[in-house]
Amino acid sequence: MKRLRLVPSGLHLPFMDYHRIAVILSVVLFVGSIALLLFSGLNFGIDFRGGTLIEIRTPQAADLAHVRSELNALDIGSIALQEFGSASDVLIRLPLLAGDESVQQEAIDRIQATLNDMYPDIEYRRVEFVGPQVSGELIEKGAQAVLVALALMMIYIWFRFEWQFGVGAVLALAHDVGLTIGVFSLTRIEFDLPVVAALLTIVGYSMNDTVVVYDRIRENLRKYKQEPVRAVIDRSLNDTLSRTVMTSVTTMLALVALWLFGGAVIAPFVLAMIWGVLIGTYSSLFVAAPVLLYLRPVRVSDEREGSPDTP
Amino acid sequence: MRYFPTWKIWIVVLVGVLGLAFAAPNLLSRDLARDLPTWLPHKQVSLGLDLSGGAHLLLQIDEAAWREGRLAWLEGNVRRTLRGERIGVRVIGGDDAHRQFALRNADDAAAAARELDGLADDFTITIDETGGIIAAFTEEGLEAGLGDAIERTLEVLRGRIDPDGVLEPVITRQGRDRILVQVPGVDDTRVLRSRLGQTAKLTFHLVDQDTSVGAAEAGQLPVGSVLMPGREQPGQNHVLRAEILVTGESLESAAASFDQGRPVVAFSFDGVGAARFCDVTTENVGRLLAIVLDGVVISAPRINGPICQGSGIITGSFTVFETQELALLLRAGALPVPLTVVEERTVGPTLGADSIEAGKIAAAVSFAAVIVFMVACYGTLGAFANVALITNLILLMGLLSLLQATLTLPGIAGIVLTVGMAVDANVLIFERIREELRHGRTILNAVETGFRRAMTTILDANITTAVAAFLLFFLGSGPVRGFGATLAIGILTSMFTAMLLTRLLTHLWLARFRPKTLGI
Repeated sequence: MKRLRLVPSGLHLPFMDYHRIAVILSVVLFVGSIALLLFSGLNFGIDFRGGTLIEIRTPQAADLAHVRSELNALDIGSIALQEFGSASDVLIRLPLLAGDESVQQEAIDRIQATLNDMYPDIEYRRVEFVGPQVSGELIEKGAQAVLVALALMMIYIWFRFEWQFGVGAVLALAHDVGLTIGVFSLTRIEFDLPVVAALLTIVGYSMNDTVVVYDRIRENLRKYKQEPVRAVIDRSLNDTLSRTVMTSVTTMLALVALWLFGGAVIAPFVLAMIWGVLIGTYSSLFVAAPVLLYLRPVRVSDEREGSPDTP
Repeated sequence: MRYFPTWKIWIVVLVGVLGLAFAAPNLLSRDLARDLPTWLPHKQVSLGLDLSGGAHLLLQIDEAAWREGRLAWLEGNVRRTLRGERIGVRVIGGDDAHRQFALRNADDAAAAARELDGLADDFTITIDETGGIIAAFTEEGLEAGLGDAIERTLEVLRGRIDPDGVLEPVITRQGRDRILVQVPGVDDTRVLRSRLGQTAKLTFHLVDQDTSVGAAEAGQLPVGSVLMPGREQPGQNHVLRAEILVTGESLESAAASFDQGRPVVAFSFDGVGAARFCDVTTENVGRLLAIVLDGVVISAPRINGPICQGSGIITGSFTVFETQELALLLRAGALPVPLTVVEERTVGPTLGADSIEAGKIAAAVSFAAVIVFMVACYGTLGAFANVALITNLILLMGLLSLLQATLTLPGIAGIVLTVGMAVDANVLIFERIREELRHGRTILNAVETGFRRAMTTILDANITTAVAAFLLFFLGSGPVRGFGATLAIGILTSMFTAMLLTRLLTHLWLARFRPKTLGI
């Protein structure tokens, strides 16, 4: 029976021929991402910015203009309205107001009272309010989680591989996190707590991919002692390419299903993941591997660290 | 590979059966599952509020106000104690952690020290020979006092949020100075917010009828009088005597009622309160008695005669709803410490249901896609991987039910993601087997080597993802935590199924059918 092969067997791609252009591309994209982050920042959602978000469902299609004028008449800051998914679903956003939490609570009360007058059968799908104290803490906790994750990964890699691999893995990770944040800065998609969760998952996924490739490079460095490092890296990338592509595809199948059917609430999270899987796969091949070309890992002899499987 | 230990087979079977048993209650309706005998696995996955619908409010206690109250209590107590011994004292300073007093006569220092010894557990009181007194919170006293105030606050909140005991709210202390309130099934939180936001401190004062409001507003407020806003007309103030005659703590009951067709709150005092109220009204017939709630004058009726039956009514321009709410607050009691809502996340029932539905569809679609894809790529071995994947999901649901981990919307995303990523271990193994076959090994040899060599890579690769997942679980909050939980459990179960179940199936297949090719 004919099997589906995403990567034809016997394929040998000269990855390392492209390492210069790949490194230049990655550096440019990374620097660009950092520049974007510094100059235009992120479009923080209410988790990090604080503020109020109310999602309502009206019995008939909502009259956005009418709702807007009624709410603006309350004169409580710049209320933003947006259709959300369907004509009868409306998302109302209110930025953090000057003053303490009780001011916000009162504003929410007044908005809800007005909406109830307009639509007696209104349904509140979602009311989220994050005060200034909590949003500050969430930023802190989110950044902390990402940094701790990076640190733990480094420790693990340092433990399992020679330092050259560790440097490569960390560069690949920084690359993935940087570019993902860059995309969020560029597209202005809301950056929220679930997106930080996605970032952490990307860190895990990218690391997973890099480790698989590195495992093979290390094995092949022992096996083919006469081959130049460059050829060994190419050989290892080709050895693992089929697996790399397969796993990316199955993960992507799941993510696309989530994106299509998972609903609007988790869409930013899923988008971050999709981008992260693409970039994580790329970085294992074109960031983590070329780093070894430059750093030249020491080739240990079989007697000291040979595995019993090596013929 | 020729020999697969029987105990390993039994472990795989046992784990699979247990997983199935613990996952099974989720197929039943909630009521049916509840009626299962307790010796059977009967727990269902507990849904987060973002899926089941409900209100989630994080409240911050006003610690400054609590400290201020405690320091004011201390100040009064020091004065009273020393005045009783005819020792003159005045307050000369202080902040939110201590009060500083000075004796009028430094010679009284020794006597004052005797009197103040053991006055309050949560303060250290030091007196120097020049007559200076410093009373400061002790670290433990402060924390204990705060903890006690929060405990009492939790009690009051329980009475306010769920007076009839039907909502099953979760009300717990969070960290040092916060309270988490979760109420399933509530989607309009205005009532909830107003119940949580009010301190509901009820006090009775005499109106200071000798001072005009105009004079008081101009700053000519006699000692012992205070200016308070009224409820009826915004901007209208009252001048009251500061002395509190009776407080809401003396109330025994309160209920919404009607008086001459108007909604009112009827209340009755306990024994002590009734006696005190009787005294006050007897002594002050003809004067105005102000009823004050949280520093706002609700009404100030004239005392027409002694009120000694221990009950009364609070009038004011109330709606029926307002009297019901006020009565409820008075019954539950005043909050020992003011609260503010610092975070709210409320999800209505339809959004939660929509999310579950969307999650189910996404899971089904991704599941189907991955299954078809695996068979297309790896044939029979792919089918084994799919059996492993299904088992994986069953184990995941079983563990989630067993551990009572909360399933949230990002948690569902975690499950769907697990479907995609779980096959990774199998892919690693199969690709390795393919390679070994290319190198000219026999089928049995290739399979054996493939499984063994892929093992270290699988461990290495999964540990990194597991690190990320555990971090999400421990550092994250709410929904993100749920994502971490499902991801972490998914990694564990997928490693188990790939390394044992797929291997077992492959082994049995090879032993039974002795295929000429693996077909991958």
